Amino acid sequence: MDGEGLHLNIDYVGSSGIILSPEQKAALQTSLIILQNENKFNTIYFWGKICGIKDDYYIAQGVGRNEFEGRKTFYSKDCIHWGLLPPATKAVRDQSRLAKGRFTGDPSYEYEHVETKKIGEGEDATEEEETIMIKEENRLTSVIADIDEDVRIVPRAAYVKTPTGNVISNRSFEGLSVSESAKLSSYLHFREAKLLLEKPLLDRANLDKALDFMDCIEEDIPRGSWSCQFERGSGLLTLRSLLWQGYTFFHVPGSRRFGSVYFGSGEKNLDLPFML
Amino acid sequence: MSTSPTNEEVKPDTPSTTQLSAKENEFIKAKSYLLTASTNTGMNLYDHLSKVLNRVLDERPNNVADIIEDISNDTKRSKFTSKADTVQDKVDKSTEVALAQLQKKLFSKGEGEEEEPQPDEEVETPLPNLMELSFYFEQAAIGLNREEVIRVWLALKNLVDNHPLQHVRFWGKILGTEQNYYVAEVEYREGDEEEEEEEENEEDTTEKDDAEEGEEETEEDDIPKPEFKSPALPPKEDNRTGVNKKTYFVCNEPGKPWVKLPAVNPTQVSVARKIKKFFTGRLDAPVVCYPPFTGNESNYLRAQIARISAGTHISPLGFYQFDEEEEEEEEGEARDHFVENLDFEGITVRELADPSLTNWVHHVQHILPQGRCSWWNPVQKSEDDFEDEDEEEEREEPDEPEPEVGPPLLTPIAEDDEVGGMSPWTPKLSSNIIPQYSIAVMHSNLWPGAHAFAFEKKFENIYIGYGHKYAQDNFSPVPPPAVQEEFPSGPEITEGEDPTPEEEAALRAAQQEAAEAAEEMEEAEEEEDEDEN
Repeated sequence: MDGEGLHLNIDYVGSSGIILSPEQKAALQTSLIILQNENKFNTIYFWGKICGIKDDYYIAQGVGRNEFEGRKTFYSKDCIHWGLLPPATKAVRDQSRLAKGRFTGDPSYEYEHVETKKIGEGEDATEEEETIMIKEENRLTSVIADIDEDVRIVPRAAYVKTPTGNVISNRSFEGLSVSESAKLSSYLHFREAKLLLEKPLLDRANLDKALDFMDCIEEDIPRGSWSCQFERGSGLLTLRSLLWQGYTFFHVPGSRRFGSVYFGSGEKNLDLPFML
Repeated sequence: MSTSPTNEEVKPDTPSTTQLSAKENEFIKAKSYLLTASTNTGMNLYDHLSKVLNRVLDERPNNVADIIEDISNDTKRSKFTSKADTVQDKVDKSTEVALAQLQKKLFSKGEGEEEEPQPDEEVETPLPNLMELSFYFEQAAIGLNREEVIRVWLALKNLVDNHPLQHVRFWGKILGTEQNYYVAEVEYREGDEEEEEEEENEEDTTEKDDAEEGEEETEEDDIPKPEFKSPALPPKEDNRTGVNKKTYFVCNEPGKPWVKLPAVNPTQVSVARKIKKFFTGRLDAPVVCYPPFTGNESNYLRAQIARISAGTHISPLGFYQFDEEEEEEEEGEARDHFVENLDFEGITVRELADPSLTNWVHHVQHILPQGRCSWWNPVQKSEDDFEDEDEEEEREEPDEPEPEVGPPLLTPIAEDDEVGGMSPWTPKLSSNIIPQYSIAVMHSNLWPGAHAFAFEKKFENIYIGYGHKYAQDNFSPVPPPAVQEEFPSGPEITEGEDPTPEEEAALRAAQQEAAEAAEEMEEAEEEEDEDEN
């Protein structure tokens, strides 16, 4: 969700139980501006909140000119002081998936994971226990990266890819129409395309290269992992991810207003196939 | 491309009768190329460019070079929309308008109310001050939009006007995949509920009769009936007791009609504990799961509401107390009735937010594994049934089962079970910057989305979420029961081995021998007979 106008935009997701207290709103209004200025970001996003047992993490992200490059993630526990999170490399993300349970709220907390490995082959095999320590800070950054990869979405045509490869906000985007916004095919995963190249050429023939450079959420597995609802009749569209419960996207049809936010425990819903 | 001369060279085209210089020839060729209409849209570049440049010069935007594509796009788009609307004055009644008209009714005052200006100031209304409660929740970043709360409040008012209610509370909101549920928790005035129930029951009984008749018809043929009798299921608890202490109404959108949820029976509670399904938002949707759930989504919703209430409805210690008179009457039985403590002084916010959790108590009865709040003995009932039917047959009576016991009412939440090694509740202050004026908030870790606040003498519980219990480990569905044993294996039903040809031949030889011997004997006898004759 765009940091600018956050206090207005946050109202659009209020019906999902996502609200900020007046104190938090005021604090964020002040601190996000400073954060943006100090880091020379083009845009700053309020990403959401990850609830821990003792404390919560508030997350903000900033980007430069290109939306897909150099995205930096910050966390804060009081909405005022922001700390930079380490980048989520593949090794960190793989390791963090081993951690289970809720976040505690202390970034220096270490999760313990015991892995049993077999050494040697055949009859000589001996089991050896290896303890892996996972720092909560690392887990936080990888969960954010996972959520961004799995569920962060934008309406189609809200962003364009320029001939130089930069991804920038499309200034001629005028919002989806009501009928378009009810279709999952009008929303794209806001990440580098992973599945687009696997599509048959025939399907790709009619795509606009400047607009359709990301994957569409219609083909997400399992089908039904998005809950699409109209609120106020058709005045507001809310898309909730059931895979990452707490991820909520809104769009006001026929306007440029859209955004998404994650308010949750930071745990992926692995039970999803049983629950549909 | 020779676009630059277009603006200057607006003089009328010279007919090509006169001789032309090479330069002019070039120019005419280029212009006729630009004037070629596109086969797709019928537009030509010449007109388009002149329109774009006209617009640029008219509007004079900054940094034209950067946004020229947008302007060009825009100009093209505007060409398609015809300015004259062929269907004039067509009113588009979208769903948005339809809902707004539905909700408009909420804002109108009831008929007759305007005539009597506030006559019932003294009469206590069961309607809660939802806005005040919502204000406190908002301090802790919990709740819904203010506008939404107002709409819910008006909808609750509507509910109070149409039903004889003693107590009403906004229970919370359950998110579904297609629609959401707003849940209101109500208590009827004494005796009034029965009246309403009777009306409903009348309809029910007629339906049941139909069903029974249908069954009889099919059972005309003599079908062998199995001897197996399923063990008796625990009976439903009466209204106003146990899990059915409160009645719940739900609606999908404030302004839409409130629907009363059916009372919950213990089997539904125990099955609901074993399954994890999303709500769809349609009350009549089937619940497809294993073990099979009896009833549709309205029953499942009611069961989850009962479980959430039992697990997360908490109040500050001392706000409620047991009725002293009743205490003496009942002995042994778990007390299920409490009254508001009028002398309650309030607990300081610091103490309420203390991590020891001793200052909060549950004020909804714990649901036993059986699915009831008060334990029901399954054995004694079955005994009566069997004694009448077959007294001679001695059945192995199962041992008297151990009664299930849960924590009594008003137990401090400090005694709650841990959730995967962490505390079941997270206490918090609403503000760290101005702690003097903050309120105490409790977040449930067992039922994510359940919250409670307390401040001076006020407290409230709310639930906003998907209606699922938290589990650290992944959900695994109940496995199907083990395959039943068919027969005890014994000699009667074991298949013997077939005889080999040799054995058969030996048997045949033996039989033949015996037959021959018998014949000889007969012959000998006959001879003897003949001799005698």
